[in-house]
Amino acid sequence: MNYFPDEVIDHVFDFVTSNRDRNVISLVCKSWYRIERLSRQRVFIGNCYAISPERLIARFPGVRSLTLKGKPHFADFNLVPPDWGGFVYPWIDALARSKVNLEELRLKRMVVTDDGLELISRSFVNFKSLVLVSCEGFTTDGLAAIAANCRFLRELDLQENEVEDHRGQWLNCFPDSCTSLVSLNFACLKGDINLAALERLVARSPYLKSLRLSRAVPLDTLQKILVRAPQLVDLGVGSFVHDPDSETYNKLVTAIEKCKSMRSLSGFLEVSAYCLPAIYPICSGLTSLNLSYAPGIPGSELTKLIRHCRKLQRLWILDCIGDKGLGVVASSCKELQELRVFPSDPYGVGNAAVTEEGLVAISRGCPKLNSLLYFCQQMTNAALKIVAQNCPNFIRFRLCILEPTKPDSSTNQPLDEGFGAIVQSCKGVRRLSLSGLLTDQVFNYIGTFAEQLEMLSIAFAGDNDKGMLYVLNGCKKIRKLEIRDCPFGNIALLTDVGKYETMRSLWMSSCDITLGGCKTLAKKMPRLNVEIINENNEMEDCIDDEQKVERMYLYRTLVGPRKDAPEHVWTL
Amino acid sequence: MELEKVKESPEVHANPGSSLEEITELRLGLPGENRGKSGTKRGFSKTVDLDASAVGRDDEANNSPVGGARVKDEVSGAAKPPAAKTQAVGWPPVKAFRKSVMKSCKYVKVAVDGAPYLRKVDLEAYDSYQQLLAALEKLFSCFSICNYASERKIVDPANGAEFLPTYEDKDGDWMLVGDVPWKMFVESCKRLRFMKSSEATGLGPTTQSACTSSS
Repeated sequence: MNYFPDEVIDHVFDFVTSNRDRNVISLVCKSWYRIERLSRQRVFIGNCYAISPERLIARFPGVRSLTLKGKPHFADFNLVPPDWGGFVYPWIDALARSKVNLEELRLKRMVVTDDGLELISRSFVNFKSLVLVSCEGFTTDGLAAIAANCRFLRELDLQENEVEDHRGQWLNCFPDSCTSLVSLNFACLKGDINLAALERLVARSPYLKSLRLSRAVPLDTLQKILVRAPQLVDLGVGSFVHDPDSETYNKLVTAIEKCKSMRSLSGFLEVSAYCLPAIYPICSGLTSLNLSYAPGIPGSELTKLIRHCRKLQRLWILDCIGDKGLGVVASSCKELQELRVFPSDPYGVGNAAVTEEGLVAISRGCPKLNSLLYFCQQMTNAALKIVAQNCPNFIRFRLCILEPTKPDSSTNQPLDEGFGAIVQSCKGVRRLSLSGLLTDQVFNYIGTFAEQLEMLSIAFAGDNDKGMLYVLNGCKKIRKLEIRDCPFGNIALLTDVGKYETMRSLWMSSCDITLGGCKTLAKKMPRLNVEIINENNEMEDCIDDEQKVERMYLYRTLVGPRKDAPEHVWTL
Repeated sequence: MELEKVKESPEVHANPGSSLEEITELRLGLPGENRGKSGTKRGFSKTVDLDASAVGRDDEANNSPVGGARVKDEVSGAAKPPAAKTQAVGWPPVKAFRKSVMKSCKYVKVAVDGAPYLRKVDLEAYDSYQQLLAALEKLFSCFSICNYASERKIVDPANGAEFLPTYEDKDGDWMLVGDVPWKMFVESCKRLRFMKSSEATGLGPTTQSACTSSS
């Protein structure tokens, strides 16, 4: 029943910002569906192949901000061939032709081309914000187009992209009239930077709050930039190497002291530990610190630095900090909510400097901890139980014991009980990554207790199909399930095929499912795309149904099999 | 700085325009000098994790078959040689981008005779001897690289005393910097030491001429 004119309802809907809430609102009645869809400005599409750009535009013609995700998560670890898909050009093309007033585009794990970037820059007059995370396929020429043509650009944020650097003058392409920049992040670029152009750009950007530099920006340029932009809130340092006795360094110290608004620090892609004391003055205000790309800082310097950062809420570091260093974190950072400890030796196994001890110390000292990514050498059930008890607020709990199938290091038992304690205690856990030696029992615990679980990553775990079934049956809210090297087969895959339409996607690689099983699934569920991903040189003329499938990726979709898959990717 | 070659005399480098880079480029070159892939593709078949026949950047032996190994069988219980552990594809789950950033990192200690403290530099950050020396010049205010006629020397500007760049290699021997191609040097260098020329004996011909101009 509508007692109010549409305009009033429209105005009320303005206050509903969460997409989930808006999705629910649109189900109430036809009238609300219509009002909601015409007023929706921000659209999030978790799988770019679940829907087509045309249907997006048809439903939400007023879209101003679009978020798209492409490749499956395991593409980050080279489990997906590079030409698998996730091309953004068709989206940009469709939006341009429909004259959508696009202002913001956020992409993750997609293939972006220079043509696409240029098309964005020419088609959307009010374009303000481009955020690319883990994307590839473009060069600095594309960035030059964005810089040159987007007159009201506020945000250019490049995170961990593979960008081909043409060593051009893309920074020069920002016209003198461009003074609107609020956020600029080019830390992932590998080539040289026109330092003078950078300095001039910063000088004419009074609204600049976030600046993340690449390795090519040396300390003396940083000093000049900070003098121009003491209002920065978020800084990514490129190169931080200099003689601490020099005048340049002293000028830097003075400049940093004036940055009273600094809350977030990252980078130090090249660093001399002796220069670090320059940043001590701003440490007390920091809420976010990311030193995970700074292998040049030894553990002792890390701990010295962190002692100053008593307001830290988010910390990303390398495991060279060691268990003792984590102890310092625990005693210094009482506000800590998110901790990520990355391996300083990402190719190796067994060189990690952190164990269960560091994690236990953290759990004792940081009761507000709710998000964890922890690469470690070993773990015990006892430690996990203590952690579960101390930190019941985990939303994200991702543990990676570097050696696959490693058991509890003190009892040699599987780690089922430890993870079981986590899911039992942390009732709100939404994301979970498991590792170490695990039997079906851990999945029983997960299925029973992890009621809010939305994403689960499993590797080298379980005994048989029961494990996977525990999860599929028990986790009502699961959206993304990714499994590798587990003994789950067709029975697990096919027992509850309807479940997959309630999820975004399922990934299974190096498991026991067969081609025949996948074909059966695809036949039963026409609204799923069941993709078999082969590698280029794996193609054989005759593949029979009994053969195990190396990589399967299935996802729900409203638009049927995609047309841009390469030859070696089959949609059944 | 003049690079002393054991077998060649300094007169060979008479060309005033020759740089350290040019000199080293005349030597045996190592194939494939790219330090870090700046290609557009996030490597799949070409990454270290995949089958042993693929071009890889890693030194560790890898014998998991394409598409992922049943590492469970191989890992559980079996004793493996630590130097060449079986690596499953895409394990540990570290983003390819992060791996590529971490890979280019070879920090070595640098000692300069007479300086109060040592420094550390990442050799992977430089493409040539020249770049390394320029960076070290910034770190150590007690020496500078001078151009003297056709040579480059490292001197202490305070008293004109010369330094000889030496390094300790993988075998533990102390070598003169500059004999081998840059890449080979990065591979084998464990630490650097700039010795006062007056202390150096037996490393090659030394010239005592003082620096007359700064670069």
